[in-house]
This record gives sequence, structure tokens and C-alpha cells, in this order.
Amino acid sequence: MSAQLILEYALSYAQIAMVLAIGLTSWRVLRGPRAQDRVLAIDTMYINAMLLFLLIGMGNGNVFFFEGALVIAVLGFVTTVCAAKFLMRGEVIE
Amino acid sequence: MNHLSDLPPVAAIVIAVFVVLGSSLALLGSVGLLRLKSFYQRLHAPTLSYSYGTLLIIIGSMAMFSLLEERPVIHELIIGIFMLITTPISLLMLGRAALRRDRDAKLGHDEIVPPRVTPSEAPAQPLRDLSNYGEGRLDKGLLSSTKDQPESEP
Repeated sequence: MSAQLILEYALSYAQIAMVLAIGLTSWRVLRGPRAQDRVLAIDTMYINAMLLFLLIGMGNGNVFFFEGALVIAVLGFVTTVCAAKFLMRGEVIE
Repeated sequence: MNHLSDLPPVAAIVIAVFVVLGSSLALLGSVGLLRLKSFYQRLHAPTLSYSYGTLLIIIGSMAMFSLLEERPVIHELIIGIFMLITTPISLLMLGRAALRRDRDAKLGHDEIVPPRVTPSEAPAQPLRDLSNYGEGRLDKGLLSSTKDQPESEP
């Protein structure tokens, strides 16, 4: 079993694990008893999607998936901060 | 034959270990998000994927592209530094918003949180019983078997 095959299997396992993680967080989004649970689950889903993009880029040998991952990370941060401000104050921009 | 065959075998195995560890820890964080009982416990679980998952996968990606292109590729560090800065901010704001919502009488107290204490009326008793704080009343966990345990109502 060559090392290349091991790396291919590892990347496939990692991608499947990240898809499973996104599924679990979406379950928490649908179920979460209060609003802050849903916001936390959406934030976790953003980060898992970012890691999935990095892993897909590694599997394809393509550097440009990195930029998609960076955009997803920035959007996840802005989403979470806006939602937390809205939960705290009832408005985003005061 | 694809791009992975250009890697040295030892480096390929090391990168595989990093990737498997990182993705397993991220999956574990999501399982914790689903399983833990109250919101304040749930706030801790996804930090596994924020810190360990991001760090290990970024290290694997940096090593792989550096070896493939035979030059140092370190732009994944941008994501690492960004996560290092933004994760405490977002989780701190979310935790404060949740605490404010739980203290608000109009919204109903869903979880047992410490009351707001101004410094002028600081409690005479120095130690409070913190053993029941953070236990949710509504959500008893999805996968955990809490049905056999008796309901401990304070």
C-alpha cells in the first residue's frame, strides 16, 4: 500500500467527516430550543464548510479553493457578530 | 497518476495523519454541539473545530502545497490568524447575548444563571452555590440517555 493511496484515503475520510459534521450542525439548527443555539450552530457550520473547502482544495491540488475558504470564514464571522448584536439589543446598528 | 504521486512517501503519511486528526476533532466538536445539554455547555464544544481542526488542516495544506510547488506556501496562515482573532470575539458576544436573554424576565428564565450584581450591593456571603448553574430545563440533550435520571428541580 503506497503512501499516495494512504493520503487519498485520508483525504476522502476527512471530507466525509466534514460533511457529517455539517449534517450534525444543521440538525442543531433545525432543532435548537432557542435562538442562540441556532446562531452558534450556524457559526459552527460556516467553519466546517471552510474546512471542507480546504480539504477539497487539497484533494484536487488546486490552490484557488483557499480563497473560497477565506471568504466563507469572513462571512461566518460577520454573520455571527450581527446575529449576536441583534439578540442582545434587538437591533444591529444603533 | 495525479498530483499526490509527486509527494515524498514520508511527507504523504505525515500529511495524512494531520488531516485525519483535524477532521476527526472537528467531527467530535459537532457531535458535542449536538449532545451537550445546555447552551453554556454547548458553547464549548465547537471550539474543537475552531482551534484544533483549523490548525491541523492548515498545517497539512501548507506542507502539501509547499512540497508540491517546491516553494514556501504560507498563505493559509491568513485563515489561521483570522480564526485566532475572530473566534473569541464572536463567541464572547454570543455568550453575553445569551446571558442577557436568560436574565430578562420578559423572555422567561430558561436556564439557571447567576443574577446581575452591582458592586455597591455585593453579596455579604462570599461563596455562592454554583453547582446548579448552566443546567438547562428545556433541552435535555438529543442523543444522551437522560430519561432514566430523575428530574432535579432546584
